[in-house]
Amino acid sequence: MAVRQRAAQRVEAGALPTSAVEVWRYSRIDSLDLGRFGQPMSAIPVALPPTPGSPAAHIVVRNGSVESIDISTAAAAQGLQVRSAAAVDEDLDGPGADGAQDADAFIDMALALSHDAVVVDVPANAVIDGTIVVVNILSASDALVATRLIVRLGVNSEAEVLERVVGADVASLLLPMAQVSLGDGARLRFVTVQELGARSWQLGYQHLVTGRDATLRSMNVALGGDYARVRTDAVITGTGGFNELLAVYFGEGTQMHDFRTLQNHIAPRTTSELLFKGAVEDMAQSVYSGLIRIGKDARGTVANQTNRNLLLSPGASAESVPNLEIENNDVKCSHASAVGPVDDDLRYYLELRGVPPEDAERLIVIGFFQDVLDRSPVKGLAEQLGQAVAAKFARRSA
Amino acid sequence: MSELVISGLRGGPDGKEILRGLDLVVRSGEVHALMGPNGSGKSTLSHVLMGRPGYEVTGGTVTLDGVDLLALPTWKRAQAGLFLGLQYPTEVPGVSLLDAMEASLRARAGGSSLPVPTMDEVAAMLLAEAERIGFDERFLIRPLNVGLSGGEKKRNETLQLGVLTPKFAVLDEIDSGLDVDALKAVSRRVMQSAQTDGLGVLAITHYNRLLDELRPDVVHVFVKGAIVASGGPELALELETTGYEPYARLAPDEPTPIGSGRPLLDPFADPFA
Ligand SMILES: Nc1ncnc2c1ncn2[C@@H]1O[C@H](COP(=O)(O)OP(=O)(O)OP(=O)(O)O)[C@@H](O)[C@H]1O
Ligand SMILES: [Mg+2]
Repeated sequence: MAVRQRAAQRVEAGALPTSAVEVWRYSRIDSLDLGRFGQPMSAIPVALPPTPGSPAAHIVVRNGSVESIDISTAAAAQGLQVRSAAAVDEDLDGPGADGAQDADAFIDMALALSHDAVVVDVPANAVIDGTIVVVNILSASDALVATRLIVRLGVNSEAEVLERVVGADVASLLLPMAQVSLGDGARLRFVTVQELGARSWQLGYQHLVTGRDATLRSMNVALGGDYARVRTDAVITGTGGFNELLAVYFGEGTQMHDFRTLQNHIAPRTTSELLFKGAVEDMAQSVYSGLIRIGKDARGTVANQTNRNLLLSPGASAESVPNLEIENNDVKCSHASAVGPVDDDLRYYLELRGVPPEDAERLIVIGFFQDVLDRSPVKGLAEQLGQAVAAKFARRSA
Repeated sequence: MSELVISGLRGGPDGKEILRGLDLVVRSGEVHALMGPNGSGKSTLSHVLMGRPGYEVTGGTVTLDGVDLLALPTWKRAQAGLFLGLQYPTEVPGVSLLDAMEASLRARAGGSSLPVPTMDEVAAMLLAEAERIGFDERFLIRPLNVGLSGGEKKRNETLQLGVLTPKFAVLDEIDSGLDVDALKAVSRRVMQSAQTDGLGVLAITHYNRLLDELRPDVVHVFVKGAIVASGGPELALELETTGYEPYARLAPDEPTPIGSGRPLLDPFADPFA
């Protein structure tokens, strides 16, 4: 319990951040009133999202408690292990050495409050067929819920994890934490799709560690929530490690999606490719703030960061803040960011062909996301997500 | 028999009056060639005709079978039967040719009693057209024009013309960037439309090569925003030797810039002075 206790002590000792702190700039942290939230009491029924054909495992977490774990016999035979940490009452390490790295009060809070964790272990050399699906449900009213997902891939193993964060229409706060580590030569495809209720808040944290010659392909999809934030720290610790970091987000009404990314290159000849694309309509807001950090030993590293945002209504806004911190000269880095409305020339071209402007804009918006969706690490999601994007666009108030 | 009538057309981008009183009538099945120096306003004409954002009409009229095109938004001008093949076709990320053509044909059916074509039917039409002009079918589902070579983009424009079967087509340098074979295929395809479907064509070009296959009924010389001479196909050959120099003095006067030294007309002055 030491890790969680120390985290709890830090939470009690420290104050909550404000938007005066750079990493919380543009966020809605100032309107957070923690006193409003209590323990999760009764749960409102929530329809589970569709699961792919034959998942390797299906895990349901409801309001912070692991409810069920099903592992297919095939995946079990391939070596997949999934368990709930509360069941074995073990003291799991926090992210970094002790959860103390780059302090963030909400990481501590998530550590202290999550009483249950889903632990996915893929042993060395195991290749798991099918998707490991984790459904994370927030369905208790006015509750503060913390969840932990731990994914550990052994040397040269391979797996695919899909986390679906869903919820009822509740004014609750979810603190989802994911700790993912890839051993040398491991390959992981990791997608999180967030479809929380329109009144829910999320302050999420992902700690991704990629070892030598390992390949991580990850994607975050944010569709739901009132204010939904995800901080992603992706660190490559082994030579030749490769990270692909993708995101798709689409805000409507008064939603705000907030992404903070760190591409942290510690080892030589590492690569990270980041592409985050978002749209905002109505009065929605979005934030992307990203840092590429190249350590002094990370020679021969390639790191790219691209963030593009579409403004679909006059009242919508998006912030895009790229940053570089380089301590080695033998690297190739780039960052690009763009915020703007649908390009007149694109609409004009489709109109020239007789396409009405509303149809033209819908095609252009879906097309804007198409390259990211096509690269989705979990196949078979693209069509579903394309439809979700089209539905959002159709709801836009004129 | 349809008629596209342009009279006294003036206008241009960002308040600049590039077109200075253009008159032109194109009828079904006619092929008109429009030739003129770089920067004379040929592409501007095409955009003013289609109502590109940022382009303004400062005078004149354009009608298609009596319908006032200038009163319509771009997409309705297209649906009314006016097609523009761009000099520089736009790359549209993530939108396939199939999606675009389906949306157009669906909108057309919506405004009439035509049946809405299914995706499969649209795909079949695209394949048939692609075959006719030797266009690779893998381009049909790829994002529109993205990463295509200059010549491939021009073939793509021609393919869309074939699918949409408009009444009139303005083709802005459809020949530029095409290899010899593609030039033949494209100009033949357009000529067929003119001869069998009665397509009226306004082909903007710098080269006679195009006009070997796409044989014009009329050639217009266009200088500084207006047509200054018209003639038969021989005019195009003549231009090869004379250039545009002899036509420059026929161009309309520059408009008077506001605040320039020239005195404003005095309405009470003696008109015979
Ligand atoms: N958006 C714009 N703003 C200001 N001037 C413009 C704009 N677009 C075009 N022009 C100018 O208008 C004039 C006519 O341009 P246009 O493209 O119509 O010429 P063109 O006859 O098609 O030439 P080319 O044969 O080279 O294609 C040129 O002087 C050009 O620089
Ligand atoms: Mg031009």
